[in-house]
Amino acid sequence: MTKQESAARALASGRADAQGLNSENQQKVTNLWQDAIYRLTRNRAAVLGLILIVLLVLMSAFAHVVAPMHFTAGDAALNNAVPLWLTKVMPGHMETYTQISDIYPLGADYLGRDLLSRVIYGTRVSLPVGFVGALTALLIGLIYGSVSGYYGGKVDNIMMRIVDIMYAFPTMLLIILMMAFFKSSFSGAATPGTLAYEFNRINKVVDSLLGLQSGGMLFIFIGIGLTAWMGIARLARGQILSLKEKEFILASHMIGARDGRIIWRHILPNIIGPILVSVTLAIPGYISTEVFLSFIGLGVDPPAPSWGAMISDGAKALRSYPHQVLLPALFLAVTMFAFNFLGDGLRDALDPRMRGTK
Amino acid sequence: MSRFIIRRLIWTIPVILFISIVTFLLVHAVPGGPFDTEKPRPAEIQANLMKHYGLDQPLWKQYTDYMGFTRNPSGDYAGILQWDFGPSITQRSRTVNEIFAAHLPVSATLGVAALLIAVGVGVPLGIIASLKQNSAWDYLSMALAIVGVSVPSIVIGPILILVFALTLGWLPVAGWGSFKHILMPSLALGLSSSAIIARLTRASMLQVIREDYIRTARAKGLSEKVVIVRHALKNAFIPVATVLGPMFAALVTGTFVIEQIFAIPGLGKYFISSITNRDYSVVMGTTLLYALFLVASNLFVDVTYAFLDPRIQFE
Repeated sequence: MTKQESAARALASGRADAQGLNSENQQKVTNLWQDAIYRLTRNRAAVLGLILIVLLVLMSAFAHVVAPMHFTAGDAALNNAVPLWLTKVMPGHMETYTQISDIYPLGADYLGRDLLSRVIYGTRVSLPVGFVGALTALLIGLIYGSVSGYYGGKVDNIMMRIVDIMYAFPTMLLIILMMAFFKSSFSGAATPGTLAYEFNRINKVVDSLLGLQSGGMLFIFIGIGLTAWMGIARLARGQILSLKEKEFILASHMIGARDGRIIWRHILPNIIGPILVSVTLAIPGYISTEVFLSFIGLGVDPPAPSWGAMISDGAKALRSYPHQVLLPALFLAVTMFAFNFLGDGLRDALDPRMRGTK
Repeated sequence: MSRFIIRRLIWTIPVILFISIVTFLLVHAVPGGPFDTEKPRPAEIQANLMKHYGLDQPLWKQYTDYMGFTRNPSGDYAGILQWDFGPSITQRSRTVNEIFAAHLPVSATLGVAALLIAVGVGVPLGIIASLKQNSAWDYLSMALAIVGVSVPSIVIGPILILVFALTLGWLPVAGWGSFKHILMPSLALGLSSSAIIARLTRASMLQVIREDYIRTARAKGLSEKVVIVRHALKNAFIPVATVLGPMFAALVTGTFVIEQIFAIPGLGKYFISSITNRDYSVVMGTTLLYALFLVASNLFVDVTYAFLDPRIQFE
């Protein structure tokens, strides 16, 4: 913050006092969260990230309005068609070997489906994966880490050894194995009453909620959620270990507060900052995990549009139709940028050492 | 120190056991088997095949045979314990050991090259950024770092091919065999890791540079180069070393996508095809091999701590 700004801010709070607003109001200004939000809004990159995320969320929510076509619609006769203007922009002589069709704003894929529409609908795969992954990791990691850190001793020792073992598992391999398991044993299970059938039913509900015909999204959520919580668990445990020796926790014990209440009301609010930051910065990782999975054919089931599958399809014709890779790649990169910008901004904003500086 | 290493080595035993059990259960829980074909085989042949590979045994016996804890049906101890990863079930004439021997060096070369790029680009970038904090260099290297973190290898790979192979024609599009072939895939793999390393190095250098012993080193008249490399960087490297272990394992294991984009004959392809083919021994073998990599590189990192910072001691 520049000198003038801080002066103006001091003046503003001074004026608030002069107008008879009591000191409670002034305390509010230095409250951690308000301070953090203030600093976050000063950070241009973080604001840009936030705006991009909001735009992407809107795009995925209103994909049926924004996208020119449905993600399965298209004309197979017009496969790999390219609009005229694109042939002039792209390198090489695309017009000499491709079909020209202006029906598609950014061209069609190898099955004649509109690329732009598929990329837009692709946000319905990537964003839920990012958010649900974060939520699951947060939920499991926070509960696991809190219990481990709070009870300490033997419980802590055993629980953290389990995390250590999970860490030694090559995560990508575990997810791939799980996806293979889910896909072949759950999808298509038709006997009512079995566990597989129930899973499959929930999966269908999730897919239709997201407006995808056959995503298999539930399985991806489970796969990512089950492998993503360890980092959060370790972080939460470490924070709680140092926090639980503090006097105010002792004080709540003295007045007879239950463990659950102490964890929920006194410990969690104090550790949520760093955890929020690490979850936000982990979201790009979840998104790229899904993209990797779909790339190797173990992610989202076609025809649901995943950026990973689109990149994989496009990469086969990279020389002839480079735009088929570049478009989903661009969307993917922008999404990753947005979350990284926001995460970085959050970290700076919530860092107590930075308080009052900016 | 040696006691620490021994304790850690003993700890790897339950870890590897756990991973092997989970992997074994998962692959066997997937419905279907390695001999499922579209046209069903005569039941006798199917039974003979199953018997030949020991798949007619109860599940626990298959596991203990595979691990080399018990005698297999032919009466030998031949399992992981004896460093025998078994025969590949779907590639009749090859053993898993042979597959490793042929394809692991490729994946490992790629992984090491990517790690070299990650460290070789990331560390200098981080140092420059920290020494000239808030300068154009700092902003440039941090901008590069955020690009590296945000653009995954799956995006960088095709773009590199497009620019350096298809447009400029400097490098081969794909394949394996010469130094030129390694450049693009290792860059695609290593760039995001280099970004992580650059940010970590910068943050940790910024902290270390303000320490008293750096001022002391300067005060006793050491050259700036010695102060930075011997005194600052050595200490600042600890958080970087922490991520290098899992990073190395991730680079070696995370090569599936890059191997596919650049048509590289590495292990990644075998891992994925073995899952779809239900080639149990190949799945088990690759997973355990990667787990061993991960455990070993983490141990190596822990040992380097003591070298980097003598204040760290292991009881």
